[in-house]
Amino acid sequence: MKITKEISIGDVAARAEELRGENMTLNMGPSHPATHGVLRLSLELDGDKVVKCDPVIGYLHRGDEKIAENMTYNQFVPYTDRLDYLAPLANNVAYAIAVERLAGVKVPERCEAIRVVCCEMARISSHLLGLGVYAMDTGAWTVFMYTFNERERLYTLFEELTGARFTTSYTRVGGVTRDLPEGWLAKVDAFCDGVLRTVDEVDRLLTRNGIFLERTEGVAPISKELALAYGLTGANLRASGVPFDLRKDKPYSGYERYDFDVAVGTKGDCFDRYLVRMEELRQSVRILRQAVRGMPGGAWYAEDAKKIFLPPKAKVLTRMEELIQNFMLVTEGPQVPPGEVYFEAENPKGALGFYVVSHGGGVPWRLRIRGPSFVALSILPAVVPGNYLTDIASVLGSLDFVMGECDR
Amino acid sequence: MDAAALTARFPSVRDLAGKDMPAYEVAGSDLLAVVKHLRDEQSFDLLADLCGVEWKDRTPRFGVVLHLLSTASKEYVRLHVPAVDDRVPSVSSLHPGANWHEREAYDMFGIRFDGHPDLRRILMWDGYPYHPLRKDFPLAGIEVPLPAADVAAVTGQAVEPAPMMGGPFVSHGGHMSEGEPAALDQSWTEERPKS
Repeated sequence: MKITKEISIGDVAARAEELRGENMTLNMGPSHPATHGVLRLSLELDGDKVVKCDPVIGYLHRGDEKIAENMTYNQFVPYTDRLDYLAPLANNVAYAIAVERLAGVKVPERCEAIRVVCCEMARISSHLLGLGVYAMDTGAWTVFMYTFNERERLYTLFEELTGARFTTSYTRVGGVTRDLPEGWLAKVDAFCDGVLRTVDEVDRLLTRNGIFLERTEGVAPISKELALAYGLTGANLRASGVPFDLRKDKPYSGYERYDFDVAVGTKGDCFDRYLVRMEELRQSVRILRQAVRGMPGGAWYAEDAKKIFLPPKAKVLTRMEELIQNFMLVTEGPQVPPGEVYFEAENPKGALGFYVVSHGGGVPWRLRIRGPSFVALSILPAVVPGNYLTDIASVLGSLDFVMGECDR
Repeated sequence: MDAAALTARFPSVRDLAGKDMPAYEVAGSDLLAVVKHLRDEQSFDLLADLCGVEWKDRTPRFGVVLHLLSTASKEYVRLHVPAVDDRVPSVSSLHPGANWHEREAYDMFGIRFDGHPDLRRILMWDGYPYHPLRKDFPLAGIEVPLPAADVAAVTGQAVEPAPMMGGPFVSHGGHMSEGEPAALDQSWTEERPKS
């Protein structure tokens, strides 16, 4: 037989350029279940591999910073609910503390402890949802049911405390809207037992789950240097091995009085981010227990800040002085001296920062909101390329972002 | 924070005597060197925030405010940078995370960042004609064509100013006697002819 042409692997390899397919541009979102809200990723794919990732954001932009410049400090509190709408209580607290720092108001210890309880409950609520949808994105549907059940209990507690399940608007500059309801702390204590059981259950379902490990271990590692360069904060930064937690390192609202550990990862891959959040849940319960059991008595708002916090309703209806004070505060807003302040709080998604510039009076001149999710998404163009298209769901789930805070 | 080292190295840096953290005013021409000095020699390794501000009674009208954080010494430092001719050098070569913050400041205020790798709008759509956080931009917004020209051609719709319904109400500061609480931004109250 006459051989006309001998074909070898080497020939094919030499023709690699000629055989190369075209890259495909794929639009993921803005309505895609794995993008957790209205995030659009403009992807360039080489087969299944991502070559380029360009996040397109702004679909949920409402101009919160513009709105803030047109209303009094307290009128803006409901807008903070809608930043990280999975942890509205934590946003309320961060905003109140920022304005209080500018106004030079010191809130009593009971108010600080109430706010810590709020923040940690918000963290538990946010992490439970974050883990639930993360697991769902990677193919484990059951976890979501477990964590959502627990969140339902949390929302019942929020409702009892603030009057709303979702949009809590609980804090005011100089305090909170109302004191704790009777018997509420005991319910929170009981909730702690339940949530720990659920966390253990999720732990058993996921942590050694073969499918979950395959989908997350070693996927999209973010090195320490990269995390710092992009300004990641919160659990995402700690998963990359940077032991920085504002609650420990820049304590606010009396966090220095509580005993807790900061979870730090080693590799910064999707699995580490999961582990850090799991540990944070347990630590949050630890803080919650301490705060609930050691809740100080006394005033629950800054009583001496007459130009900041509304007087008690009973006095407004019976006394002239308080009536005038109430009227002035509602119409003109809390009187904040000129100056500027930047305050970051350790929120569930990372450091939520408020930069407030005041020229005096009840309306901020400029209110900048630094959303941790905005920063977390800005790292995608550096992290996603080189991964497979299917890994994007893991990466997005592990970064745990929320668009309300990203687009503001 | 070693303030003496900073001011000795950069004599033009002005101490603003910040109340909540050290604050300095840095000229745009010095910005990159100052940020590099703070990052490499004073361990301010994390850019916490970068935002644009339109100042009241200040020239130039716009400025950029940076907040840097040191994960080692757990301190913040604030840098004010005046935007001369609406331009500020980009720090995204030193802190890649500044990329999106600078895009946002450009989008919202129209501040241009020299040396930015990809200065596009980020929250508003490409081709949007205004910079909404400027003080002369009304709260309700301004009517502009829909970003999707094909949809606009069929429906004849445009992006309309928000229906403010009279709010948000707030006194204009000063004394109560000066008037009833009213919206700060009155542009929406002007009656428009019925179409």
